[in-house]
Amino acid sequence: MEALLNEGGTILAAFWMTVRLTAVSALGSLVLGTLLTAMRVAPLASLRATATVYVTVARNTPLTLVLLFTGLGIGANLGLELSDDIATNNFWLAVIGLTAYTSAFVCEALRSGLNTVPVGQAEAARSLGLGFVKTLALITLPQAFRAVVAPLGSILIALTKNTTIALVVGVAEASVRMRELIETYGDQVIEIFLGFAAGFVLLCLPMGLLFGWLSKRLAVAR
Amino acid sequence: MTQADLIVLDQVNKRFGDHHVLRDVNLTVRQGEVVVIIGPSGAGKSTLCRAINRLETIDSGTITLDGTPLPAEGKELARLRAEVGMVFQSFNLFAHKTVLDNVVLGQVHVLKRSKDAAVRKARELLDRVGIGGQADKFPAQLSGGQQQRVAIARALAMDPKAILFDEPTSALDPEMVNEVLDVMTGLAREGMTMVVVTHEMGFARRAADRVVFMADGEIVEQNTPDTFFGAPASDRAQSFLAKILTH
Repeated sequence: MEALLNEGGTILAAFWMTVRLTAVSALGSLVLGTLLTAMRVAPLASLRATATVYVTVARNTPLTLVLLFTGLGIGANLGLELSDDIATNNFWLAVIGLTAYTSAFVCEALRSGLNTVPVGQAEAARSLGLGFVKTLALITLPQAFRAVVAPLGSILIALTKNTTIALVVGVAEASVRMRELIETYGDQVIEIFLGFAAGFVLLCLPMGLLFGWLSKRLAVAR
Repeated sequence: MTQADLIVLDQVNKRFGDHHVLRDVNLTVRQGEVVVIIGPSGAGKSTLCRAINRLETIDSGTITLDGTPLPAEGKELARLRAEVGMVFQSFNLFAHKTVLDNVVLGQVHVLKRSKDAAVRKARELLDRVGIGGQADKFPAQLSGGQQQRVAIARALAMDPKAILFDEPTSALDPEMVNEVLDVMTGLAREGMTMVVVTHEMGFARRAADRVVFMADGEIVEQNTPDTFFGAPASDRAQSFLAKILTH
C-alpha cells in the first residue's frame, strides 16, 4: 500500500491525463462518427464508398498499430507539430489516433440506430420539403442517437481503457505511471495492479450507470 | 374558384420488378377538386398517391405540379414537396418531437417562418383539428385518431396547394375513423385540393368531386360519386362495389 499512498498525487495526475484523453477523443469520435454515418447514407455513391472504406480499415486495424502510425508515421516521420511542447504534441497525436479508431465504432453504432428509425419518419420529413441534411439532422439522427445510447456508453468505456495504449505515443497516462511505480516499488506489484484496476473501475462504472439511465430516459416512445 | 389544373399525370408507368404497378396512368386534378381513389388492394392506389410527391419514383411519363414538372432530386424537388402536403396511413409523426413541434418544424425549417409565427399558426391549426389541449404531449401519448389529426395539421401548416391522403383511416380503430373523416370533410368543403386513397365509401360519396376507380395499375373509370356508385360503367367496378357494399 505504501506505493499507492506515497504516490497518490502523481497517480491522480496520471488518471487525470486518462480522463482528458478520453474526454477529448470521445468528443472527436462523436463528431467524426456522426459525419461518417451521414456519409454512409448519403445520396452520393462516392461519399458512401469513402466512409465504408474508412470504417472498414479503422475498425479492423489494431489500436496499437493506429497509435504507432500516428506517433511514428504522422508525428515523427511526417513531422506534424501540433504544439512546441512535446508532451502536448504527443497528447494531440494520441487524440488523433484514438479518434480515428473509435469514430469507426461510433459510426457503426449510429448506423444501426438509424435502422431502428421507421422509414416513414424520413418520408414525412421529405414530404414537408426538408432536404437530405436537414432530414438527417432534425429527424432521423436524433432518433438514432436515442436508440444507441447504451452501445455508445460501451464504446466510451472501451475508449477509456484504450487510452492506456497511448503510452506508445509517449503520453503519461495512468498505465505509464503504473509501470513506473512497479519499477520503483518492485515488492508491491500486486497492490499497484489492484490499485490501478480499481481506478479504472471507478472511472468506468459511473459511465455505465449514467448511460444505462440515459438510454431509458431518452428512449423514443413509438 | 379557378379551375386550373394543379396536378397532371401523363402516361405514368411504374414497375416493381415484373409487377407493373402503374400502367399508362393519366390523371388531372384541378384546383379545389377532391379526388378519391378507390379500388382493390394491389391496384396501385398508394403508389400513385406517393408518386405525386416522388416518394415513389416512376419509370416513364411525367408528373406536373402547378405547371412545373417534378424534378428528379435536389432543392427544386424539396420546394415542390413543400407545396404538397402528405398524410400517411401510419401517421408518421416525428416521434421525438412534441405535437406542437411536429406542426412547427416544417414552417421554421422549410418556410423560414419566425418561431413565434409558426407556433401561433400551429396552435391555431391544432385547435381547428380539435387537439389544442394536447400540444405538449408526444405522439405516442395520443390515440391513432388524434395522431392522424395532428398529421393533417402538420400538412396544413405548410399552406399546401394540395394534400395527398394515403389511406388515412386504414390504421385506425373503427371508433376513431369518423373524427379524422370529419376533419377531411371540413377541408374539402373549404376548397382544399385533395387526392384521397381510401376504402371509406361514405366519405367518397359525401366529399368527393370525382371518384377514380383503379384496378391492376390502371385507372378503369372515373366519374362523379353519384354516377359511379349509382351506375358503375365497368365490370370490374361493378364487381368491386358488389363485394364491398353487400355487408
